[in-house]
Amino acid sequence: MEDLCTLPAGHAAPLSERDRSIMTAGRSKTAIHCADDSLAGSVSQRACVFCGARVVLNPVTDAAHLVHGPIGCASYTWDIRGSLSSGPEMYRNSFSTDMKERDVVFGGEKKLAACIDEIVEKSHPPAVFVYATCVTGMIGDDIVAVCKEATRHHGIDVIPVESSGFISGNKVVGYRAAAIALMRLITPKEGERIEKTRKLNFLGEYNLSGEMWLARRYLQEMGIEINVAFTGDSTVAALKQAPGACLNLVQCTGSMHWMAMQMEKEFGIPFMDVNFFGAENTAESLRRIAKFYDDPEITERAEALIARETARIQPALDRYRQKLSGKRAAIYVGGAYKAVALIRQLRGLGMEIVLTGTQTGKKEEYAAIGNLLDEGAVVVDDTNPAEIERFLTEMKVDVMAGGVKERVLAYKLGVGFVDHNHDRKECLAGFDGAVNFAREVYVTTCSPVWKYLKVPPEDQHEVQP
Amino acid sequence: MLECLPEGTVEHTIGKINPVKTCQPIGAMYAALGIHGCLPHSHGSQGCCAYHRMHLTRHFRDPVMASSSSFTEGASVFGGAANLKTSIKNIFKIYNPEIIAVHTTCLSETIGDDIPNIIKQAEIPEGKRVIHINTPSYQGSHITGFAGMCKAMVSYLSQSDGTQKDQVNILPGFVNPGDMREIRRIVGELGVKMIMFPDTSGVVDTPLTSKYQMYPDGGATVAEIRDAGNSSLTLALGSFASNDAADLLQEKCGVTGIPLKLPIGLKATDDFIMALKDWFGVEVPKSLTLERGQVIDTLIDTHFHYQGKTVAVFGDPDHVIAMTEFLITMGMIPKYILTGTPGKAFEAEVNAMLEAAGITGSRVKAEGDLFELHQWIREEKVDLLIGTTYGKYIARKEDIPLVRFGFPILDRAVHPLMPVVGYRGCLRLIEQISNALLERRDRDALDEDYELIL
Repeated sequence: MEDLCTLPAGHAAPLSERDRSIMTAGRSKTAIHCADDSLAGSVSQRACVFCGARVVLNPVTDAAHLVHGPIGCASYTWDIRGSLSSGPEMYRNSFSTDMKERDVVFGGEKKLAACIDEIVEKSHPPAVFVYATCVTGMIGDDIVAVCKEATRHHGIDVIPVESSGFISGNKVVGYRAAAIALMRLITPKEGERIEKTRKLNFLGEYNLSGEMWLARRYLQEMGIEINVAFTGDSTVAALKQAPGACLNLVQCTGSMHWMAMQMEKEFGIPFMDVNFFGAENTAESLRRIAKFYDDPEITERAEALIARETARIQPALDRYRQKLSGKRAAIYVGGAYKAVALIRQLRGLGMEIVLTGTQTGKKEEYAAIGNLLDEGAVVVDDTNPAEIERFLTEMKVDVMAGGVKERVLAYKLGVGFVDHNHDRKECLAGFDGAVNFAREVYVTTCSPVWKYLKVPPEDQHEVQP
Repeated sequence: MLECLPEGTVEHTIGKINPVKTCQPIGAMYAALGIHGCLPHSHGSQGCCAYHRMHLTRHFRDPVMASSSSFTEGASVFGGAANLKTSIKNIFKIYNPEIIAVHTTCLSETIGDDIPNIIKQAEIPEGKRVIHINTPSYQGSHITGFAGMCKAMVSYLSQSDGTQKDQVNILPGFVNPGDMREIRRIVGELGVKMIMFPDTSGVVDTPLTSKYQMYPDGGATVAEIRDAGNSSLTLALGSFASNDAADLLQEKCGVTGIPLKLPIGLKATDDFIMALKDWFGVEVPKSLTLERGQVIDTLIDTHFHYQGKTVAVFGDPDHVIAMTEFLITMGMIPKYILTGTPGKAFEAEVNAMLEAAGITGSRVKAEGDLFELHQWIREEKVDLLIGTTYGKYIARKEDIPLVRFGFPILDRAVHPLMPVVGYRGCLRLIEQISNALLERRDRDALDEDYELIL
């Protein structure tokens, strides 16, 4: 049994196909191989199309989100998003058509139509998003037709989301399905005209822990209004005003880049990538937004804000930097944009980044990550627990930033962990977020509990103080 | 919170709003984790596997490993046989488990993959095993999937060698590892040799050692599950989760099966211990008699804190049935009793208990959802809510204290380690229930009514 205690084959013989998905900064000659489908049989950290669509759309607070499929898809995604609402709570309910065997055999369209009727008649949402799942896609339920009929019948937007899980194991495909649904929602109907304003939309901002609210405060101070965020704390009515914005900020590029391009094409709204994670990124983003407006007053107010906030948080950041300097960090997150933000922030805290990976990064994004990192740092695409274990141990990592599945694994290996995903409960954006993030990294890296952990002599490495 | 739900009573007849169940595969995955050296395998899209692992991880706060056939559109059109065969080959090569436990998903079920045939054609290294259960997500619930995987363990692994051993098989049901440890302790105190499967203690409640074990020390070994065919008795704890496997053991290997409630509460624990005493002719040791006496002592010390209070209890059927019995023992009034899992047997069993206790006016429902429970509570409020984390919305909206019980609990920790079964479990439940009501009393008390001693 002794040999089962670690990962015998996992250590010695990772599938050769995986080698192409791993590169070492400054050493690998070839580009990383990514966006492949995961190997059959792998313990992948990846999800599915439905998952991608659900995380993008679910924060629309006053819409009813109806999952058309067997119960599981609705159960596992019930209020796990962590996006906060300033008003409606409709999105925190879990609606499912709860398909049974007879629905699979005879088709689920009738049941879907009846569920939509019940929801609309009882709860009067301004819109219903209807998500397709594996089975409904497989048996060929025509959710587009059902939604069209329901739209006509109820006079509200009933919008199909074509998110059958099997279409791809890559969430990005689901982001696209969500973006198509959103475009359908916000495109003005014939005869409708949306007034152009000086407001901006904030795409790829999901208001986790109220992060959108913080960005809104900054922008308000500069004299800029957020029209609507996609989709954190948004309502159907507010989203419909989206075409009236003069600028789209894009935060989570993975989920919203295509949407931004569509909106530029359809409504002539230019877009700009921004990043509110970390003080440096926040300052840089605010400056670029101010520049877009080309108004000396806005620029002046932005500079005043940046100077004030930077000075305010610096002492706290310095304190954490002292504690964290020289520690080794690993990053494994969903998209590349977040990985880049984390690299900058952790480095700002004096830490060394030894491993970076994403579930859905693209080739050019990985190249950018590789250029940011020091020589010898490892970059991986769609990794698995065995690889994470190997790297965390071999590279003597002190703290890891990732999502729920990585948390418990990191802890078991005696590595600190900070959540930069749905489960985060602290606002990590903006200047305040930079301090919160530093505190979270410090708390987990320097927990007093670590010193009670006995480390076997053979893999004794620098244990956190 | 939840103000979007319509006021008053409205009819809700189709689909589910705020479910009290999830799908079969996660139950099969959890059961499979209770086999030593097992890698559960999800035959379907990646999303399913990712969701199940995430959900289990959020409840247990431990790593949960499982692989996926990673279906794509091609597999969905041409069938998943190639994916499963490649998976089996890859899994043994990369992750090297003792055994792979395959469960299906709604996708592979709809495609109609013939799993036993595919397994027969797969490359399985000498001495390794692959077992399977069909778990169509559009039937039953996670409990059905758990029951199915337990049954698969018997059908693939258990063998009778023709001699009966003086040992008991325990099918513990979909309970926490802390509960399984406690069951093991009780049976040990009675001096009966036992085989428990599945057994997730030592698998999803592992210590932090800085060393990650993909296959932790815990879990019933394949040899043990095989030997279950030679036991003289099987105790099936919780009919929904355990009866299928016990029935098959009886049919296949001639092992007598006795269905019991989950040993949650005084009476169910008594029944569990007496079943072992009667069958094996062992004496109940003083240590257990002492524990039982402490439970009764505590019940009397605290009865005025909760007697006569009304309760809404929801969750998985075996848990809810046993909890209802204990609430009756405590003199509380189970007012609304609901599970999301389908099965008329649930309603029949609960109604019989209520009738025997002379309790009228309660509502009992299988295959219900929290929308419905919420409506009932709005019609007539209760003093206490007992159920999973998902009860917290109703608890907040209706301002009712919530005792967290069952699966999943996503917003509190430590629960997987703390048993609710056995006499010690009784003490824990009494403490939780009575504290919840007393905290509320303290919170609501005016200054002049605020008391030091309660």
